[in-house]
Amino acid sequence: MSTVTVPAGPAPANTRTSTKKKAAGSGKRRLPLLPALIFVIAVTQIPFLLTLFYSFQSWNLVRPGSRHFVGFQNYIDVFTDTTFLGALVNTVVLTVVCVLVSLLLGLGLAILLDRKFIGRSFVRTLLITPFLILPAAGALLWKTTMFDPTFGLLHFVFGTDIDWLSKFPLAAVMAQIVWQWTPFMMLLTLAGLQSQSKEVLEAASVDGANRWRTFYSITLPHLSRFLQLATMLGAIYIVNSFDAIFLMTQGGPGTASTNLPFYIYQRAFEGFDVGQSSAMGVVVVIITMIVATFALRLMFRAFSVDGGTK
Amino acid sequence: MTVVTWIIAILFVFPLLWMILTAFKQESDAYTDPPKLFFKPTFDQIAGVLKGDFLPYLGNSAFVTIVSTLLVLLLGIPAAYALSLAPVKGTRNALSFFLSTKMLPIVAAIIPLYIISQNTDLLDTVWALIILYTAMNLPLAIWMMRSFFMEVPGEMIEAARIDGANLPTLLRKIIMPVVAPGVAATALICVIFSWTEFFYAVNLTAARAGTVPVFLVGFITSEGLYWAQLSAAALLASLPVMIVGWFAQNHLVRGLSMGAVK
Repeated sequence: MSTVTVPAGPAPANTRTSTKKKAAGSGKRRLPLLPALIFVIAVTQIPFLLTLFYSFQSWNLVRPGSRHFVGFQNYIDVFTDTTFLGALVNTVVLTVVCVLVSLLLGLGLAILLDRKFIGRSFVRTLLITPFLILPAAGALLWKTTMFDPTFGLLHFVFGTDIDWLSKFPLAAVMAQIVWQWTPFMMLLTLAGLQSQSKEVLEAASVDGANRWRTFYSITLPHLSRFLQLATMLGAIYIVNSFDAIFLMTQGGPGTASTNLPFYIYQRAFEGFDVGQSSAMGVVVVIITMIVATFALRLMFRAFSVDGGTK
Repeated sequence: MTVVTWIIAILFVFPLLWMILTAFKQESDAYTDPPKLFFKPTFDQIAGVLKGDFLPYLGNSAFVTIVSTLLVLLLGIPAAYALSLAPVKGTRNALSFFLSTKMLPIVAAIIPLYIISQNTDLLDTVWALIILYTAMNLPLAIWMMRSFFMEVPGEMIEAARIDGANLPTLLRKIIMPVVAPGVAATALICVIFSWTEFFYAVNLTAARAGTVPVFLVGFITSEGLYWAQLSAAALLASLPVMIVGWFAQNHLVRGLSMGAVK
């Protein structure tokens, strides 16, 4: 949770490094870092290199002996595959909508919780809980007791026989994901609200600022780093959403709720097409890296503007 | 406002409350139109799940979660120390690298991971999951813990050094007391993410090493769900993390706030 601490320039490091320049540069100080670094490199980078390698091969596990190099053919196939493009659009829609909605809901709930009232800690406990239950359990729960057209609670509340999962599959999946992630957003925002300096807030009210004005000019800028952190972490996890789709809709009906993780899974474990699914994986990595680099640059800029460390 | 907050909170967790209610119903009470709020509670479903093959899955989940969280701390604490209190050249690069591994979608690595685990006989063993969960949580844990290590006053470390304290003493006497709450919050996040992880577990384990989320998948394969039993299983599967989370929530909020501000 320390995004903010990355020194934006040479300046903020001062006191700490100067006390230790004696040993600077020696390999001994790198030693504590090495095990973690080597472990992460081995476990995360080697599989990606292999994915890259497989992506240039035609290799289907159900056709033994079919394995051979095909150059960029898999990539050409990926970009002419309408299902892939549909899954890409679904992934973008799902990620953007879920992050935004859960962030706004989380912010709203955090504001409600940032007051003293009877049963506050109990209410907070309630609100945190959807983040603590298994996403797999949450997905099955929504599929059955919420969305079921005959016995589901939505049927009872709205009095309609709509089969939510086949009528609005993507929206239904997104509802479950938003429900799951709102508590996390709320926790981070709440942490931000509670770290506000009380004096500044009091000064604002002495100066005659109304609630909205105080929120807009003081609280929101203070919260910005928390909101950015929440957005980034939320996006990382939601982009990879698999549980809800696998358990609620299986990507369907048709491919209406297929996102990239689910589609790659299908190509790999149901189609046994190693080459194709590897190429898709590589494309997803490239897209994610472009978006992430862009987002990270924005964040670093925002942090260095508001003073970086503390 | 208080009443509004209460109502919103109860509406928000209603699906969960409903799951808990359903877990204590007979199957016949679970499917009714309109839904039944009052019924004769029973422990049949809970007992049924516990009597089935749920416990081995629970054991796998517990083992994988505990061992991988310990490994994260074992590898992460020294790394966080190196990146905060004794920064080395390229600290920022190392941090960016750790974060960037979180940006890589896990689906893109699943095929090689499957093939590697098959060739090393790790497929459907808890060890494959332990290795992957450690790698999955380590980057975030290092980022979190580093921010807590930054809280340790440099003067205190310097003073202790001058008094002749070596690294182990320094860690135990000066650093650990300051960072302990942060380390606990980090461990809690690792526990939550490991316990709830689904994608690796579904693809790399089966009958032998399946974790609790994999157990739940069994419910969709059979046509016609048993809602009451499913609710009981979902409740039991989530309960350990729910309880830990409830008790440690102050830790969590404080951990997140300290981490983000520092």
